[in-house]
Amino acid sequence: MPQLIASFICGLIFGAGLMISGMTQPEKVLGFLDIFGAWDATLAFVMAGAVTVASIGFALAKQRGAPVLAEKLQWPTRSDIDAPLVTGAALFGLGWGLVGLCPGPALVNLASFGLPILVFVVAMAVGMIGQDAWRAQRDAGHATANDATPVRVDG
Amino acid sequence: MHNLTPYSGLLGGALIGLSTAMLMILTGRIAGISGIFGGLLTRSPGHGWRLAFVAGLIAAPLFATLGGRPFPHPTLPASLTVIAIGGLLVGFGSRLGSGCTSGHGVCGTARLSTRSMVATAIFMLVAIATVTIMRHGIGG
Repeated sequence: MPQLIASFICGLIFGAGLMISGMTQPEKVLGFLDIFGAWDATLAFVMAGAVTVASIGFALAKQRGAPVLAEKLQWPTRSDIDAPLVTGAALFGLGWGLVGLCPGPALVNLASFGLPILVFVVAMAVGMIGQDAWRAQRDAGHATANDATPVRVDG
Repeated sequence: MHNLTPYSGLLGGALIGLSTAMLMILTGRIAGISGIFGGLLTRSPGHGWRLAFVAGLIAAPLFATLGGRPFPHPTLPASLTVIAIGGLLVGFGSRLGSGCTSGHGVCGTARLSTRSMVATAIFMLVAIATVTIMRHGIGG
């Protein structure tokens, strides 16, 4: 239960950060990506603030050795740069550039109950489910011995 | 640069970083939204905490209105067809690439992970190219 409450509060703070920074507005994000137009550098400030505080927090977590409410720190373990990483990042970038929304802001914007945001979130969910199903099917095709290996995600 | 809002950007960013730090220190988990949300849609373990985090994200605007902030009214500058295609690409791509702006961009960069920084550079460059072509035309 404490883990659930902590996760909920973290979600709330994350959402508040996205709203205060203006990143829930696709126009603000697209303004950053539009380097040849009226460039809006705000996203760089958001990233700088987020990465700085997260770095300090991660250092504290490492120093502590174990999380407060769970058994162990679950750091991502992969460091290889493979084809799915590159292709996935490129497809994600294409979709992000087309609409100006990534998963966090899309979910925060759900509360506005607009049809466009609903269409985006449903399409995003379909894309996620489709990718997992596609990869599971492909892996089952040529890795029967290893099919119990869980898919590791970085984030 | 007339749209630049550096202070609210830094403050909002710091809150995103705080949430990321808290989730790791308290529960030992990485705050990557595509991983958390995507895991909810598939057979990944840990449905409870994922659902709680996503509920927090969705509830954030409701709490904000209690604090007197206006309800979000995002303007999506695209047709429903483009929005649907964009959503599919964001969902498929973030799962295939094991992360999005939060997991790779914030968490990965904060961990100094080369893998995440490569992913971040790729999606930034592709997104910039996409917006440039959509708004200014090829070579325009």
